[in-house]
Amino acid sequence: MRSQASILIVEPSDIIIEGLRAIVGDNERFNILAPLHDAVGLKERLLVQQPDILVVNPTLLAMPLRQTLTQLQQTRPEMAIVALVYQYLEPSVLQMFQKTIDIRDNRSIVVACLIESGEKSHEVSDGAESYELSDRELDVLVLVAKGLSSKEIADKLNISIHTVNSHRKNITHKTGIKSVAGLAVYATIHNLA
Amino acid sequence: MATPLFTRNTKLADLIATNHNLILMMPRFGIPLGFGNKTVGEICDTYDVPADFLLLVCNAYTFDNFLPDPEQLKQTDMRMLVPYLQASHRFYLADRLPHIGLHLHHIVEKVDPKYGKILTAFYADYQREVQDHFLCEEKEVFPILESVIGGGKPQSDESIGLFAESHGNIVDKLTDLTQIVYMYLPGNVLPEETIELIFDILQLSNDLEKHALIEEKILMPLILQQ
Repeated sequence: MRSQASILIVEPSDIIIEGLRAIVGDNERFNILAPLHDAVGLKERLLVQQPDILVVNPTLLAMPLRQTLTQLQQTRPEMAIVALVYQYLEPSVLQMFQKTIDIRDNRSIVVACLIESGEKSHEVSDGAESYELSDRELDVLVLVAKGLSSKEIADKLNISIHTVNSHRKNITHKTGIKSVAGLAVYATIHNLA
Repeated sequence: MATPLFTRNTKLADLIATNHNLILMMPRFGIPLGFGNKTVGEICDTYDVPADFLLLVCNAYTFDNFLPDPEQLKQTDMRMLVPYLQASHRFYLADRLPHIGLHLHHIVEKVDPKYGKILTAFYADYQREVQDHFLCEEKEVFPILESVIGGGKPQSDESIGLFAESHGNIVDKLTDLTQIVYMYLPGNVLPEETIELIFDILQLSNDLEKHALIEEKILMPLILQQ
């Protein structure tokens, strides 16, 4: 059997924390670590407790959010970072997280999300995460930089649009660059364009 | 929330000590520095700034989970909202973006012209995008806002959603620029100026994110409540 996934919750509200605990507490797959009420000293906690899943309320993280998340991920690359939200957040913000738990989600969705996050974290820890772009990702990057849409790229490379989007997500994760214009600059600097 | 919010009786100097970025707000409200030991209330009375509005902005700017309740918004004197937002826009367009552009230009002159050219183009496009966004907002949204503040009913809600969407993009591209400059450009050109550039961009990103929050937390509810 797979080992337990440890979960670190960072959330100001005890009600929410206890709610999550009640939902996943008796599931043998998970081990809930002592929660934090704010993000102070979070990096140190990651180093000491080495959680597999970080469930964090995004409003607690310092701005700019992307930098903070990158730092957290670098501190513990194999960890999955899950946003815990109870108000509307821009999709562009939520995209920075691997998964999202909305407190209105029902019990089974919350558990499923954490199971997937735990599996994701194991996959990554099995092989060290590489920040080098794969050949296929380079193909996609060049076409993105040329201004092609995901649909056009899918047709050109003869792959599904879903696969293109998944490559694009990996490219952004690996390069730290999100916009098409930024990726075009990246491609030029790396003599790809 | 656990952190105490700013009030009329907070000393202006303490407010800035808590969040030094708030010093940027002062010129936007027409409040000069050199305010001594005076409280927010005293200073606002002196310069005819509605204190409740200044506090709303400073609280939203400082505490990420601060959300004003609709009643409080209704009671706040909003006459400075549009001038405040306009002053912010002017600051970004006339001061920060050209300043960052100048740093970038110095760096571009020293790198391989091929990189330089595309970086210059990236930044020029970005500046244009921000400018278009602000101008569109001033043309489409501010008149609705002014009418609502004056007690009128908004004529249309459609334009509001549109401009909210592009906020995220504006901040994302700045983040991309910092990544490109410190991760991917050759590191041996003008290291001091490069670091200055990074700090300037991070400061502007932070300010723009807060600006977007203020529009989300104050401007939007104000228009949509009607």
